[in-house]
Amino acid sequence: MSALNEPPVEPTEDDLELLRRAQSGDFAAFERLVGRLQGRVYAVAYRILGQAQDAEDVVQQTFLSIIEHIDAFRGESAVASWVLRIATNFALKVLRKRRGLPTVSLDDGDESFASVPHPEFIAAWREPPDVLAERAEMRELLDKAIAELDDKHRVVFVLRDIEGLSTEETAEALGLSVANVKVRLLRARMQLRERLTRELGDAATRVVPDHQHS
Amino acid sequence: MSCEELLRALNEVIDDASALALYTEFADHLSGCNPCQLVVDNVRKTIQLYKSGEPYPMPAGFQDRFRDALRAKWQARFPNSKPQS
Repeated sequence: MSALNEPPVEPTEDDLELLRRAQSGDFAAFERLVGRLQGRVYAVAYRILGQAQDAEDVVQQTFLSIIEHIDAFRGESAVASWVLRIATNFALKVLRKRRGLPTVSLDDGDESFASVPHPEFIAAWREPPDVLAERAEMRELLDKAIAELDDKHRVVFVLRDIEGLSTEETAEALGLSVANVKVRLLRARMQLRERLTRELGDAATRVVPDHQHS
Repeated sequence: MSCEELLRALNEVIDDASALALYTEFADHLSGCNPCQLVVDNVRKTIQLYKSGEPYPMPAGFQDRFRDALRAKWQARFPNSKPQS
């Protein structure tokens, strides 16, 4: 069986060790590294682009590029963060191409806190997330909600909250300031909170603040 | 602290487990503001739900094409290595 078809995580192996061996020409080590990271790359690309064929292209472009530039990794970040940064850049290129834009649409200036939507539907959720995650219809709801975010907010949420990059790593990956990442993250979180709470909240517990909540 | 100020600091409240202990004004406000408690809880659950979702399965037909492309690229990049695994 190819390493590409094996389960993506082999906890006894280390991404950095595999990359170092790949840098010295060890293809088997590179295949195992791909096997460990390809699922995350695909998920990031799919969530940013919302389309399987484009996500496949991003996966392939990412790892072909890594072969070409395998010596470029300097160990200044985690291997996974480096790989996800490359994948994100390819995904952004696809977005730009779709929209006919010559330049990065993410870098359109700083956003202020005033742009963050304030909560309107405030209620306790009917069920906990681990139970909701098991429901068949949940994937569609989550995909739809995240697709409704602006590209610049969705990318930040995917990298920071779903993939677990630090705020600084997210800023570096996207060429944004840390402050801008924080505002965009807050905006994405609040928009998703509003959308999901309207679907998953218990209307009987809805509260309307007795003071100005904005 | 007002709800507006709590909202501005929401990332810190969500991301930094020590924030509530370090900044007592956060905890003080939350303890007396049910709407803000719910908003913080909603955001935490939103993130948790996205993180806990099933992984996206890569299409089976893609794997073979992908592997062939990697091997061809590897041979071009490292002509003296053997890509067999």
